[in-house]
Amino acid sequence: MSLQTFRLGDGNPQYDTQGRLRHLLSTEGLRERDLLQILDTAESFLSIAQRSVKKTPTLRGKTIVNLFFENSTRTRSTFELAAKRLSADVLNIAASTSSTSKGESLIDTVDNLMAMQVDGFVIRHPEAGAAHLIARHLGDSALVINAGDGQHAHPTQALLDVFTIRRLAGPIEGRVVAIVGDILHSRVARSQIHALSILGCPEIRVIGPRTLVPKELASLGVHVYHDLQAGLRGVDVICALRLQKERMESHRLPSLDEFHRRFGLTPERLQWAQPHALVLHPGPMNRGVEIASEVADGNQAVILQQVSHGLAVRMAVLTLLAGAAGGGESHA
Amino acid sequence: MNADWDVSSLLEGMVRDLRPRVDPEQTAMIGIFTGGVWVAQALHHALGLNTALGRLDISFYRDDFSQIGLHPQVRASDIPFDVNGRSIILVDDVLYTGRTIRAALNEIFDYGRPASVLLAVLVDRGGHELPVSADIAALRLNGATGGQIKLRGPDPLRLEWLAAAPGSVA
Repeated sequence: MSLQTFRLGDGNPQYDTQGRLRHLLSTEGLRERDLLQILDTAESFLSIAQRSVKKTPTLRGKTIVNLFFENSTRTRSTFELAAKRLSADVLNIAASTSSTSKGESLIDTVDNLMAMQVDGFVIRHPEAGAAHLIARHLGDSALVINAGDGQHAHPTQALLDVFTIRRLAGPIEGRVVAIVGDILHSRVARSQIHALSILGCPEIRVIGPRTLVPKELASLGVHVYHDLQAGLRGVDVICALRLQKERMESHRLPSLDEFHRRFGLTPERLQWAQPHALVLHPGPMNRGVEIASEVADGNQAVILQQVSHGLAVRMAVLTLLAGAAGGGESHA
Repeated sequence: MNADWDVSSLLEGMVRDLRPRVDPEQTAMIGIFTGGVWVAQALHHALGLNTALGRLDISFYRDDFSQIGLHPQVRASDIPFDVNGRSIILVDDVLYTGRTIRAALNEIFDYGRPASVLLAVLVDRGGHELPVSADIAALRLNGATGGQIKLRGPDPLRLEWLAAAPGSVA
């Protein structure tokens, strides 16, 4: 399978033949009980950050590779810290310094690292399907976590978002959630929609300009709005998305100012939602574009809690995948 | 056999043994999930300890993690006091191989350096694989082999002897 032909629904190699979760590639197709186990396990890891020794011996002796073909600060550093707090050794490889710039293929890079007896890969890649390709290639021999592939998926971001909603807004079965902004280019939005629907979110809305909302979303049961005021009415949780400035070359927007005028979250517009609606943002923020500073720094924003939660969620994912590699869910 | 085990009188025996070794103002207590927490709650109440009870889930510290993976239901450990310099009573329901206690000690030391740790268990069934022994045990079954002893609870607490199932180890 070449990366170019990859699309949603091409099968999901994250489960092995015995139904164990071996890789985390997308929230799409994740079983509810696995998703809940990740969230529940993350609750336990959250308290470890408060101790004097912020480490457990869980992954002692394991080696995790952060293989990043795109820039990232938050995701890469929280994955690194998550693995280190589990006592794993971590190898960070940035694409600009790697041999891929000398023409080595992705699979060759992975095979070379496997020859160094590593146990897992956290991969970010600009092309959709890159993590799936590696997971299919490796099978059971190492765990693979998708840390963002093109415009396809970013499952750990979506998991930390639903973890944040569940913790700070209450059960997802009773919350109306709106995702606002550039839905079209957003792997975060796609992963959020799947995670929210698996957890039984009664109403998922997307709000954005016609040019930035894919039409097929309605078939996923998502309510589509092109007007911010109508879309925010009665909403408990607002997930703002980063406006992908670098992906705007196709002239889908007249200007950033125009976007901010119609869809930017300001304190006044926040009042269209429920009184204590939470505001989430995956970062990095474009202040003054999709979110005003007064909102980003205001008391309804939980953006920094998302970062702390992201660390606990990534520790949970690494632990559960590494545990499944040992053979079982059965316990004495 | 379990008809002979009256859990409340076993607990009374533990309280009697513990009382001279406890300072209610200073001593802290930690129970290990799940059965150990039930036993610890009863002891903590009977001894009138002032420091809130700690709860430990040792899943992330198990030495068999890489063989059997994570327990499906992990609870958050909660130690609501400063461990440093503290005299601690560590409580579990059944002491068998000693591996749970090793894991619990490792986890406690990630919270700080206690002055002392004393181990109190409802049942010491023998079969230790590590140099771990209970300072206080209501019931000692040295040499008992096979089967599994399980504390059911929380209300009422019942101690059950389960016949050996093929391949199962407590």
